[in-house]
Amino acid sequence: MFIRSSAAIAAAVLLSSPVLPQGARAADKLTDPQIAHIAYTAGVIDINAAKQAMKKAKNKDVKAFAEDMVRDHEAVNKQALALVKKLNVTPEDNDTSKALSKQASEKLAELDKLSGAAFDKAYVANEVAYHKTVNGALETQLIPSASNAELKNLLQTGLKIFQGHEQHAEHVAAELK
Amino acid sequence: MPGRLASTALAVVFLTMVVPADAATIEITMENLVISPAEISAKVGDTIQWVNKDVFAHTATARNGDFDVTLPPNKSAASVLKKAGTVEYYCRYHPNMKAMLKVEP
Ligand SMILES: [Cu+2]
Repeated sequence: MFIRSSAAIAAAVLLSSPVLPQGARAADKLTDPQIAHIAYTAGVIDINAAKQAMKKAKNKDVKAFAEDMVRDHEAVNKQALALVKKLNVTPEDNDTSKALSKQASEKLAELDKLSGAAFDKAYVANEVAYHKTVNGALETQLIPSASNAELKNLLQTGLKIFQGHEQHAEHVAAELK
Repeated sequence: MPGRLASTALAVVFLTMVVPADAATIEITMENLVISPAEISAKVGDTIQWVNKDVFAHTATARNGDFDVTLPPNKSAASVLKKAGTVEYYCRYHPNMKAMLKVEP
């Protein structure tokens, strides 16, 4: 299944540093500016996917879900921007962010070719997989690696809201069947 | 001063008209994606003060259609209870947020 394997790739990308040997891991640990960049990028990706869905989706629950995604992810990202400004941190681009963006633009192009019910289904299925991946990364990597308490706190709020999105997406996916 | 006396008298009239003697204001807060208290009792005529402390927009939406209040981030809103009954409500944007309001006559 394509969706499944694309989630697995993203998970592998996000989780690549924890599997490194102990010695390399310390040097490889994500810094706060990198974590902020990854979290922000992950939000932008979901906003772009939702904006595409708001144009293309036919089902009203799918449309409403996409609107929820834009509203929440924009709120989190606004908060993230305010925080990095306050902390005087410049988000730093990194391999994880780059891999996420590349994969997301491929997905956007793939979904763009679909329409009607096929689009709705594929979009929601990808939302389930995507939130699962991001939540896994937040839980196992980004939150434990964050040094600044306020950043950690924001990531935890993000995790909580994204877990809700994952359930919401699963619910919409089940309704579409 | 007669003017002042008149306006005070007017204010008293208005207050007694708008707020029944035993009406209360009850605060229900939405913070960190949780509604609290999760269960509360009130009476017809009471005012619910909905307080959203999150950066996210929420709604308080009754499953039976009695009310649907939209709360922008960090905003609050008030609604007066008009009907008795036990109302389950939730947030349309975050359906995990659920709570119960018991309105006594
Ligand atoms: Cu909500």
